[in-house]
Amino acid sequence: MDRCQFVCYSIGDVSSERERQARMRTALQRGPERGRKQEKKMTVHNLYIFDRNGSCLFYNEWNRKKQAGISKEEEFKLMYGMLFSIRSFVSKMSPLDMKDGFLSFQTSKYRLHYYETPSGLRFVMNTDLSVPNGRDTLQSIYSNLYVEYIVKNPVCVLGHSLDSELFSSRLDSFIRGLPFYSPRAA
Amino acid sequence: MVIFSVYVVNKAGGLIYQYDNYVPRAEAEKTFSYPLDFVLKHHDEKVVVSFGQRDGIRVGHAVLSINGEDVLGKNTADGKDTLEYLKDPANYPVSIRFGRARLSSNEKLMLASMFHSLFAIGSQLSPDVGSSGIEMLETDVFKLHCFQTLTGIKFIVLADPRQSGIDALLRKIYEIYSDFALKNPFYSLEMPIRCELFDQNLKGALEIAEKAGNFGAGS
Repeated sequence: MDRCQFVCYSIGDVSSERERQARMRTALQRGPERGRKQEKKMTVHNLYIFDRNGSCLFYNEWNRKKQAGISKEEEFKLMYGMLFSIRSFVSKMSPLDMKDGFLSFQTSKYRLHYYETPSGLRFVMNTDLSVPNGRDTLQSIYSNLYVEYIVKNPVCVLGHSLDSELFSSRLDSFIRGLPFYSPRAA
Repeated sequence: MVIFSVYVVNKAGGLIYQYDNYVPRAEAEKTFSYPLDFVLKHHDEKVVVSFGQRDGIRVGHAVLSINGEDVLGKNTADGKDTLEYLKDPANYPVSIRFGRARLSSNEKLMLASMFHSLFAIGSQLSPDVGSSGIEMLETDVFKLHCFQTLTGIKFIVLADPRQSGIDALLRKIYEIYSDFALKNPFYSLEMPIRCELFDQNLKGALEIAEKAGNFGAGS
């Protein structure tokens, strides 16, 4: 039995040695690239849902690295106020008549995507710069998640904070399943 | 592919320069009989369509002229109140021209200051560290690009969404600003820019950018 074990061990040893060498080779090849790939991870930072009166119905964050320095209540009001002002700014500034209005804005570090339904429900998603168009994502969040799990739920009172567990968990898995979402390395 | 306008905002948020390169005027003139299809209301010293849409006339369009004579604010050219005039069936049939109202210089000042604040809030609400303010704002009809210099001056360009090369244009405008406004001994910092050479060179740069050309080094 000892001999068998010894043989198995030695074979295992050789193959693990080969594996180790193979891993080292690929690690060396991938080395500089891996650093670059880590910088380019696409991600969703957070998501807000506002109703037409300005109250925040839902908020969740996935990869937020910096808090705003004010309480959550104030942050929601500031976010809603900023979007309201941007919409009125855009409607006055626009050289032609607009159909969809304000779509998104970007800064040096993040991009904010905006989608408003005809009923005045506003979806706001912050992602990093590599996501070019989040509007379709927001529209599918509205039609596949909000309408299905909130509007069609007789217990959920529209206009109040969304406290449906099903909605939160489905939304969470939807966001994590997006092609442009990747969790950051700890 | 077109560049609509350029705004320059100083570090306090005041507008110091504004140039409209291309202003598309979508207007519709029609003859109407009593009663009028649209609901009109007073808004900001103008008479604006508040409800009703027909033949290219939309909500938000202002009354520009009645029977060929331009309206002055809320009153017709004769000095009568426009809404009262249009309520009287004896004045019909009447020919009215509707269109997007041109921004007055006061409104441009207010919009520039509004953007100055929105720029700062965009940076404050950032979920990531070290973010700048709003550098690009996109709608379905135009794209607004903003470049903030180290001294706090913002150069804002409104262009067609498909227009490329706006980053290079913003840097070029900064170069033109430093060459023809800052080096002008009669120009005071943070004040409205009234330098002819700045205007001329800016127009030239916009033409080059629209033709999607590259700015040569030191041109």
